Amino acid sequence: MADHIAVRTLPLTGFHGGSSAVRLEAAAPAERISLRVRAEDVAALSGPLGIDLPVKPKTSSSDNGRTALWLGPDEWLVIAEGGSDVGNSLMQAAKNSGALHSAADVSHRNTAILVSGQGAAAAINAGCPQDLSLKAFPVGACSRTVLGKVEIVLLRTAEEAFRVEVWRSFSDYAFGLLAEGAQDAAV
Amino acid sequence: MLLIHCPYCEEDRSELEFRWAGEAHIARPENIAAISDEEFAEYFFLRNNEKGLTYERWRHIHGCGRFFNAARDTVSDRFLTTYKAGLPKQVLPETGASEKTVETYEATEGDAR
Amino acid sequence: MSASSNSGAYRIKGAGRLTPARTARFTFDGKSYTALEGDTVASALLAHGVHLLGRSFKYHRPRGILSAGPEEPNALIDVSRDAARRQPNVRATVQEVFDGAKIASQNRWPSLKFDVGAINNLFSPFFAAGFYYKTFMWPREAWVKVYEPFIRRAAGLGVAPTEEDPDHYASRYAHCDVLIAGAGVAGLTAALSAAATGQSVFLVDEQPQVGGALHYDAATTIDGQNGYDWAQRTAAKLRAMPNVTVLTRTTVFGYYNHGFLGLVERVTDHVAKPGKDLPRERLWQVRAKRVVLATGSIERHMVFANNDRPGIMLASAARTFLNHHGVAVGRQVGVYTAHDSAYEAAFDLKRAGVSIAAIVDNRPDPSEALLAEARALGISVLSGHAVTDTGGRLRTSSMTVARNGGGDARKIAVDALIVSAGWTPSVHLFSQSRGKLRFDEANQRFLPDIYAQDCVSIGACNGTDDLAELIGEAIAAGGGSVALSGENRFEWTGGMIGAAEGAGPDTTVKAFVDFQHDVTAKDIRLAVREGMHSIEHIKRFTTNGMASDQGKLSNMHGLAIAAEMLDRPIPKVGLTTFRAPYTPVTYGTLVGHSRGELFDPARKTPMHALETAEGAEFEDVGNWKRAWYYPKRGEDMLAAVNRECRTVREVAGVFNGSTLGKIEVVGPDAAEFLNLLYTNAWGNLKPGKSRYGIMTREDGFVYDDGVVGRLAEDRFHVTTTTGGAPRVLHHMEDYLQTEFPHLRVWLTSTTEQWAVIAVQGPKAREIIEPFVEGVDLSNEAFPHMSVAECSVMGAPARLFRVSFTGELGYEINVPADYGPAVWKAIWERAEPMGACLYGTETMHVLRAEKGYIIVGQDTDGTVTPDDAGLAWAVSSKKPDFVGIRGLKRPDLVREGRKQLVGLLTKDPNVVLEEGGQIVVDPNQPKPMTMLGHVTSAYWSENCGRSIALALVAGGRARMGETLYVPLADRTIEVEVTDMVFFDKQGGRIHG
Repeated sequence: MADHIAVRTLPLTGFHGGSSAVRLEAAAPAERISLRVRAEDVAALSGPLGIDLPVKPKTSSSDNGRTALWLGPDEWLVIAEGGSDVGNSLMQAAKNSGALHSAADVSHRNTAILVSGQGAAAAINAGCPQDLSLKAFPVGACSRTVLGKVEIVLLRTAEEAFRVEVWRSFSDYAFGLLAEGAQDAAV
Repeated sequence: MLLIHCPYCEEDRSELEFRWAGEAHIARPENIAAISDEEFAEYFFLRNNEKGLTYERWRHIHGCGRFFNAARDTVSDRFLTTYKAGLPKQVLPETGASEKTVETYEATEGDAR
Repeated sequence: MSASSNSGAYRIKGAGRLTPARTARFTFDGKSYTALEGDTVASALLAHGVHLLGRSFKYHRPRGILSAGPEEPNALIDVSRDAARRQPNVRATVQEVFDGAKIASQNRWPSLKFDVGAINNLFSPFFAAGFYYKTFMWPREAWVKVYEPFIRRAAGLGVAPTEEDPDHYASRYAHCDVLIAGAGVAGLTAALSAAATGQSVFLVDEQPQVGGALHYDAATTIDGQNGYDWAQRTAAKLRAMPNVTVLTRTTVFGYYNHGFLGLVERVTDHVAKPGKDLPRERLWQVRAKRVVLATGSIERHMVFANNDRPGIMLASAARTFLNHHGVAVGRQVGVYTAHDSAYEAAFDLKRAGVSIAAIVDNRPDPSEALLAEARALGISVLSGHAVTDTGGRLRTSSMTVARNGGGDARKIAVDALIVSAGWTPSVHLFSQSRGKLRFDEANQRFLPDIYAQDCVSIGACNGTDDLAELIGEAIAAGGGSVALSGENRFEWTGGMIGAAEGAGPDTTVKAFVDFQHDVTAKDIRLAVREGMHSIEHIKRFTTNGMASDQGKLSNMHGLAIAAEMLDRPIPKVGLTTFRAPYTPVTYGTLVGHSRGELFDPARKTPMHALETAEGAEFEDVGNWKRAWYYPKRGEDMLAAVNRECRTVREVAGVFNGSTLGKIEVVGPDAAEFLNLLYTNAWGNLKPGKSRYGIMTREDGFVYDDGVVGRLAEDRFHVTTTTGGAPRVLHHMEDYLQTEFPHLRVWLTSTTEQWAVIAVQGPKAREIIEPFVEGVDLSNEAFPHMSVAECSVMGAPARLFRVSFTGELGYEINVPADYGPAVWKAIWERAEPMGACLYGTETMHVLRAEKGYIIVGQDTDGTVTPDDAGLAWAVSSKKPDFVGIRGLKRPDLVREGRKQLVGLLTKDPNVVLEEGGQIVVDPNQPKPMTMLGHVTSAYWSENCGRSIALALVAGGRARMGETLYVPLADRTIEVEVTDMVFFDKQGGRIHG
């Protein structure tokens, strides 16, 4: 029965929302690892991953379709877009470093919602208590935070665009709240 | 809602991202298996719950995930400082009790000068 | 008739700022009226000469409109659009008229003009302050059956709507450098000043238009312009600035810690046909670096006999109705004042053509400038006089005037009486921010003194009355510079607090202090005589200031009367606390988006849709929706569970275990860390093997349990209970970060990374075999408690040979997106083999048949591993682990602790009730000595009888003993047994 090859069922399939001011869409599947590294080993990991792990709080770095988000002093979420399969490339790259670290594949744990448009920040602020002005949360800024009753990781990808990473079972809720926020942001 | 300075994120964030985690600077005894019942009770069960300047732990659970310490005045709810876990207790002047200790409801309520 | 006369006979041509051509129709108690756009319900009704708006809370006295703003205690109405969109207790002075509004009066039956409840007024001695504390003490039963229903019917305000609210409400977090509460002269000026510096500014005002006091004060000029016009132009200028947000119809209702403010924006309550997308209200949760309070002040009424008749209102309110709405509050208006402001109201009314019967000023020496103006306008002033009574039934028709200190009283006919006892600074938000007040003796008012937050008060709320000084203060508060000048016609003086002439301690008249709760000066004196000496006690005894207006008008009067009775200075009597919200806030606003599907996240596993398609019934486990059982046509829950239980043991069952908590523990010190966090020893667990672990807290009690698989020397796959996942990770992080930071190990939640498909039963291997690549599933190669990384249907998988049923079993972990495909393929193969899908109920029964515990059901936070029969899982060789010391506490090692045992009912068909208490002798007198309780009880189809687990004192020494479970209607006889009811030898698990 080797002809049984599993196909993926994505969370948020069939979810649509947004308003005249905000576009909401489910992001394409991506590879993700939760990466834990001590300060002295950050450089050793950056090379093999092909991306500088940012060490400043609330910042991210992006290169070659990979983004590393600073989540904590020894914690990064690394996302490889367009990764069609489970986090092999990132897991392998981290492993190749030979440095002390922890990498856990979380490609399927998270899903992402892309929020864009002139009302994007307002839509997210329907449930997120952070200051999303460009001054406080510039392009490239990222943070783990809350959206209503769930936890999210928020990344600003452009002045009017955000990526909302959320655990899959919370994604219906996050999408629903963002949809209401989007509606209100258009008022 | 409190605004808490996370010493790891180096930023003030809403209380919604944090979780309180009890009194600070209570180290788990090195030789815990050998301590007396009294010592264990002191370590695990007994807390001072002081009014005024209090040292407490918080965790930025929906942020960087780190535990850290804070000195807070429980009367005014003002944070005097927050600092990373593992750092020694930050000595602060006892300005904490910004109101005289009052035990009765009415005395607290009718506090107009 | 012209449009303006359509909108009311009391509408004055050329007066006010509303446009006569723009009308709206509404009904009041079924009668139709025309209003102008911009009218409040109050101004619209007054324009038609309607003063009677409701009945009072306790005495059902006729009541009218007292104010023109949010401080209104009296004119509470019921506003509806349709059956579901109806809100009671709305202030008529705040509610804007919209076309089609249906307004109804409250607390009257059968009608507003003839109200049966008004008989309470005759029995008012019966309803004195504190009456409900004393009158209805006995008999006890009568409280529930007679007194409470009676009071609830007799005393009350609006009636809550019964239908679900069809509107939606929005919520938004925001941040700014400066939030300015109040957009009067002070707030607008501060906003201009702050905006000029480039700071981000929120300017918030509760009224539809900015301007604050300029609504009524038509005489003030700013920058050479009419004040109100200046305000509108300034607001337009501010709105055009990118760093300024101007919110009108928005109330700052709460000022909390660290610059956090709650605002409610009323988006559609004034709109005739709101767009469907519009929220009715929007909650703003604003974090401001600095707050400028420009909240102004509120005029107080005079406290004198029968001061509550419709037609009696604040002088500034009459001025607002005239200068803003173009409505005269009467044709023959009396004035009773202790403050200059009422003079200006009288002057404005007189100039608009209204007769002023007289200005009665209780001060002996009003200012010469005012007297001169009054003379010029032909208004007579009676200084050193008081209004000692009023007449009229449904509307005031006269005022009785007498010289202070006695003398002949004379009755003067009036159809309205405007009053002013001076102004109370609105220090509510300042006090909410924990600022401390001081008492300004000269002006008899409380003012901000010591600030607790980065905040400044400006203008009238700070006691700054002089316009030039106010502007200077506002510019400074904004932090920038603005060139601005302003001019007042008159400088105001005067004011009094407490009861006026004729309502003093020696009188028994009804001089109302708190209109909404019907509290009179006499009530407050009674409270003091009854021994209430603290203002907090007086407040609660009389309910003064406890109504929905929170005593905006009454608190100062009440305090002064109490102080006089107590013969203590006002600051010594104290002030009650100002609490949020400043004005009532709807539940809808506070709930915001958190309703319906957004009330709480419903967590669904990747296979949820497939389970639903198979007919699963779900149960809530934390936020998770878990398949509970899968009834086939015609099956009830018991039948379904019995079938599932039987099928798993006879053939196999497929179970969704995805919700199980999972934590990836990675690093060279991973095993050492687990050694510290679990009671078990982990060093000797080889990669490819797994073990059941117990976690205790430092106090030695069981905290969580789960299977831990070792994937590599430095990588463990830890599982937790479904409900315990977040707290276990938090607990682990706590120890790792703060007690064992030297360990090189990291924790990652992977609960949702994996979909978990458990296949349990004799045919489990046969079912999964074709899908698994990269692992030899034979018993020899992959025995019970093995774990392997492999491939399942091409997906990278983690396969556990593990069992929570006592059968041969596997748990397949695949990345979550693959879960549905793998589940579907396995079920398609398993079903024809006679297997079943099973849910959590069957899982519970099967594990109980094997005596496997569920933490949180069979344990309750006071159970040690030994109590639970799991002493074998506690390593005796380790030097340390969390709980090692707690487990040695005297109480945890004593004899006779409650231990988990099995119970078999003497009658095998009787199923015990979980929670049932267990005793030795059911005939002993009550209260009985209880040995413990039943923790789990089920019908076991596989055993053909009921089974139960229980915590019983000294349980393991009672094997074979007969005990009893007394219930309300019967007593059940049970026998103590061991915990394994099925396959005692345990051979099946290795099948």
